Amino acid sequence: MKVLVPVKRVLDYNVKPRVKADGTGVDLANVKMSMNPFDEIAVEEAIRLKDKGVTEIVVVSIGEQKSQETLRTALAMGADRAILVVSETKVEPLGVAKILAKIVEEEKPDLVILGKQAIDDDNNQTGQMLAGLLGWGQGTFASKVEIADGSVNVTREVDGGAETDTLKLPAIITTDLRLNEPRYASLPNIMKAKSKPMAQKTPADFGIDVTPRLTTLKVVEPAKRSAGIKVADVDALVGKLKEMGVAK
Amino acid sequence: MKTLVWVEHDGQAVKDATLSAVTAASQLGEVHLLVVGQGVDGVAAEAAKIAGVGKVHVADDAAFAHALAENVAPLIVELMGTHDAFVAPSTTHGKNIAPRVAALLDVMQVSDILSVESEDTFTRPIYAGNAIATVQSTDAKKVITVRGTAFAKAATEGGSGEIEAVASTGDKGLSTFAGSEIAKNERPELTSAKIIVSGGRALASSDQFHAMIDPLADKLGAGVGASRAAVDAGYAPNDYQVGQTGKIVAPEVYVAVGISGAIQHLAGMKDSKVIIAINKDEDAPIFQVADIGLVGDLFKIVPELTAKL
Repeated sequence: MKVLVPVKRVLDYNVKPRVKADGTGVDLANVKMSMNPFDEIAVEEAIRLKDKGVTEIVVVSIGEQKSQETLRTALAMGADRAILVVSETKVEPLGVAKILAKIVEEEKPDLVILGKQAIDDDNNQTGQMLAGLLGWGQGTFASKVEIADGSVNVTREVDGGAETDTLKLPAIITTDLRLNEPRYASLPNIMKAKSKPMAQKTPADFGIDVTPRLTTLKVVEPAKRSAGIKVADVDALVGKLKEMGVAK
Repeated sequence: MKTLVWVEHDGQAVKDATLSAVTAASQLGEVHLLVVGQGVDGVAAEAAKIAGVGKVHVADDAAFAHALAENVAPLIVELMGTHDAFVAPSTTHGKNIAPRVAALLDVMQVSDILSVESEDTFTRPIYAGNAIATVQSTDAKKVITVRGTAFAKAATEGGSGEIEAVASTGDKGLSTFAGSEIAKNERPELTSAKIIVSGGRALASSDQFHAMIDPLADKLGAGVGASRAAVDAGYAPNDYQVGQTGKIVAPEVYVAVGISGAIQHLAGMKDSKVIIAINKDEDAPIFQVADIGLVGDLFKIVPELTAKL
């Protein structure tokens, strides 16, 4: 059984984003970039499925040349080989899904595991779009994945609780935070990852037009909250709550 | 523009998230609703009364009982032949279904919009709400999800939508619903609660979480939320989580108890009208967004506060 795991290079989740003064976007010059946290969970899940019949894990990243660092991280975690689709311009989820659909046609995986959203664009679209394009079942926001014979049971985090769906294989899964705890790559594995194969492609190789459909007109900082006050004790807090009409 | 709005419901009643989506859709033009499910006559009748609503399309079929995206998306794609935009609230159903619809229509979805600037231009948060982008869509048809807290709720009375049955597109046989575990919760639902009391890692155990947070929430008639740390540690159920990856809330009053205020948490609550923080670390980032802060030991403060309310 083959699993495909798309990963994205994003601004590290601990870094506070700075909006550029000219309003064109968020400043990504000289800031720490990492693998999108949900994608780490996706890679981890694929590795964990290795003792349940998964024989090969292929990781894919679409983006600038530096995305190969992200792919090396995935290889160091335990993926077998990587495909880098180089595009120096940003590719939207629809474009990413179309490229991934082509890669799926070539690679014929039984399962594609993606993160539920990237923490930069916060779109939460790519997995669903890929499932739509392929006509496959989708198990989004997964907190538990169980491979059965010809199908996969996916427990999903939904509003109000959890829901389990059974999907016919091949299928798409997107990971939620609680699916697993991703491992750290050990130094020997980081060294070993350097010699694992990494193919390089471009969107044009797949005949996919990645011209953006959305134009970002401007990016601004959200309205700042005005500075608050600190109260000395519970009585003062109760007084404030009463003033606001929250407490009687 | 003729817009089709996904009606979020639990089989019994229309959920509040729908009402915010209707408000957003009404800024685009004529509003039609889509009620999908099994045995949803009551929901459809309720939906038809929402102010400003035109036609209410109702697709009642066993294949739609659990709103599986694989079955529902083809139905919406068909209806999009006569609509210009599909609008869904940013609920788990909305987020699950809308991008599948967008891909089938070959359009880019605009996720989680905060405002409608014009028929093709919207604002949306990126980077966990640390930046707001204004985006313009060049696609002929629009697929949009709406952040509920950013739009007022449409009135639930006064409308007289015309109910029209839609033929089922059938079961695509890709997925089946196997079961669900919905947490029982007597308190106000998080995303629509006026007051929320939220607990963090500092509560230190599930027992203490409930012993501290629940009575305070009950006194205030509040919903109960939690930080990711508290949920991951097992102090509170998953669906309590407020933040970038959990629920986005904007109540009148948000009381953060023992929550440091990581950016991922702030992403879910910083649009609350009044933020109150109780934390023993006076340098905790939560105090930078709190309107009222109280520095001290929550295990002393919270019971005292509960008693004095």
